Amino acid sequence: MNDMTQPELMHGHHGPARGITRWIYTTNHKDIGTLYLWFSFAMFLIGGCMALVIRSELFQPGLQLVQPEFFNQMTTMHGLIMVFGAVMPAFVGLANWMIPLMVGAPDMALPRMNNLSFWILPFAFAMLLSTLLMEGGGPNFGWTFYAPLSTTYAPPSVTFFIFSVHMMGISSIMGAINVIATILNMRAPGMTMMKMPLFVWTWLITAFLLIAVMPVLAGVITMMLMDIHFGTSFFDAGGGGDPVLFQHLFWFFGHPEVYIMILPAFGIISHIVPTFSRKRLFGYASMVYATASIALLSFVVWAHHMFTVGLPLAGELFFMYSTMLIAVPTGVKVFNWISTMFRGAISFETPMLFAIGFIVLFTIGGFSGLMLAISPADFQYHDTYFVVAHFHYVLVPGAVFSIIAGAYYWLPKWTGHMYDERLGQWHFWLSMVGVNLTFFPMHFIGLAGMPRRIPDYALQFADFNMIASIGGFLFGFSQLLFLYIVIKCVKGGQKAEDKPWEGAEGLEWQVASPAPYHTFAQPPRID
Amino acid sequence: MKDQNPHKTTVSKLVLATLGMFLFGFLLVPLYDVFCDITGLNGKVSNTAYVEKEGFTIDPNRKVTVQFLTNTNANMNWLFEAEARSIQVHPGELTRVSFSVVNPSLKRMTAQAVPSVSPSEGAEYLLKTQCFCFEQQELNPGASQQMTLLFRVDPQLPDHISTLTLAYTLFDISSTRPVSSIAERPGTYSGFPAATDSLFTSQSLLISHAQTLRLAGGY
Repeated sequence: MNDMTQPELMHGHHGPARGITRWIYTTNHKDIGTLYLWFSFAMFLIGGCMALVIRSELFQPGLQLVQPEFFNQMTTMHGLIMVFGAVMPAFVGLANWMIPLMVGAPDMALPRMNNLSFWILPFAFAMLLSTLLMEGGGPNFGWTFYAPLSTTYAPPSVTFFIFSVHMMGISSIMGAINVIATILNMRAPGMTMMKMPLFVWTWLITAFLLIAVMPVLAGVITMMLMDIHFGTSFFDAGGGGDPVLFQHLFWFFGHPEVYIMILPAFGIISHIVPTFSRKRLFGYASMVYATASIALLSFVVWAHHMFTVGLPLAGELFFMYSTMLIAVPTGVKVFNWISTMFRGAISFETPMLFAIGFIVLFTIGGFSGLMLAISPADFQYHDTYFVVAHFHYVLVPGAVFSIIAGAYYWLPKWTGHMYDERLGQWHFWLSMVGVNLTFFPMHFIGLAGMPRRIPDYALQFADFNMIASIGGFLFGFSQLLFLYIVIKCVKGGQKAEDKPWEGAEGLEWQVASPAPYHTFAQPPRID
Repeated sequence: MKDQNPHKTTVSKLVLATLGMFLFGFLLVPLYDVFCDITGLNGKVSNTAYVEKEGFTIDPNRKVTVQFLTNTNANMNWLFEAEARSIQVHPGELTRVSFSVVNPSLKRMTAQAVPSVSPSEGAEYLLKTQCFCFEQQELNPGASQQMTLLFRVDPQLPDHISTLTLAYTLFDISSTRPVSSIAERPGTYSGFPAATDSLFTSQSLLISHAQTLRLAGGY
């Protein structure tokens, strides 16, 4: 122990500061993790309300509730808020809470930057949401903000949108730098790279992806800003630019981005499945290599989002085959989880239920992804509800289920109380039914040709849309049950042991429940 | 202080990587253009006149259909038409097609035509020795103009291509360009001012002009 950590030790003797300033000035990784998680839950509910506006309008054919202009703003904001406001901050929150505990570090490497990277988010999203009240309305060009819709034809509020996305990007990059520095420099003595828990591994790779692509996103929106305000023509064909260039740049960011939203989920599932199967994870090393290969492949597949822009045949084939190749490492992961469960002494507590739900439904999403990867078939599926079904299957029962599973899994450690298991089971089954009712019919209406992002549809799609809307409300309102369960667990409940799950492994279970404000001031010994 | 040092190096490396990727994003813009120019992907065709080489043999046994599409961008109210929607040419044969534009508005406007060839595989075989798309068009209110396109189809056009479609989209660039800057063309590399290109452009204009004269004499 050297002299730098002494003041922190001294500080550790008194707990957190009292009142609101605790949260504003905090540099404690657990406080910041909590802030991230509550923030992302708030965004999840706001984005969910927007989804319910969309589903209400699509309950019946014809225009009933909202104008098409507002509908476009809802689809756009729903996507932006869920991607940048709900899923990404939730994973950063879990990283803040769990990575120092898992690697035996006293805190994140850069605690003050950690505070900053959280606290710019509320301002970014307040600005993004405020555009809905501005003249001309909020962003209405889809979450992918293709030029020229987002430049020449954008509402005036697009400048606020650009600024808020810049802020989100800066926040993500700072978070990623913090995660990498923590993992590379602050592991407890004896914890070699190949002894790191998988959540740490997947987050390390995710953080490198963030560093690689968030700056490209920043570059794209800077080019948009220059096209709109400074007379350049990056994306304006009249001035020598090219709108297709926008799509290439966007998806160069966008495809690694979808793995940023799923790799930490793989990590969480790789913790929960062994715990409740009471077996070691099958194929640890192959999991690490599979994660790394998915990350590397994510840089060479971006144009599968743009099969219909007029790629040359060679391009169509290259991006088709490279996309299909991703199914191999992903398959390795799914088989590893199944092999872990095979002949295990499985019990079905809520985290395990969500984890199994994740494996089954994420695999369905993976298969529809393979269907979309077939370039000639994609010409039919492109921009239909089939695409909507696909990416919701990988994001809702994928990323979101894994976050919920992780929350249930670590809630005893965070709060010191067990959550209400009976309500947790209800939450799972309501979510499971709701999610499938919502998104499964979208496969059918997509294959039948219903286009996405349109507030009205042909009569033959009416029944499936009605089912999807009912499912959407069921899923949405079940999340209020989750909110209730979490609050109940924070307030009280059965006292949690230090290691509440029989089969759990890892340093996080060696500290008390609830985890003390300062942990691992003395690094633990790893054998 | 020993504890701080590894963070410092890690963080400075990561910050450098971030800045590097930000610049790389911008670098992708010229890279994309170069890539498209080299491969002819995206239906992009050369923005400069084709410099004639001697010894094109006209292939009288083969006929290629060349279609012309004339579009105007959403905010553009000019009337824009080709004298023929579709013609048949022998590969290697020099062909002249005339396009007409009318400015029906009440103000002086500048236009830029942006070409695109499909199938994109055939783009590099459509050789334009003179094209109005190399220049900007400036028209007084109510004025009209005939614009010339001189082109050959390269006899090396792959056999499976029997039809080439040349699509022009006419953009209103009055607001983005000073009205008198007719000698300038928009930058090849999107986003950057075209001033450095103008010398090069006027040269290639001269060359194409000289060629036109020479060809006209030879006809």
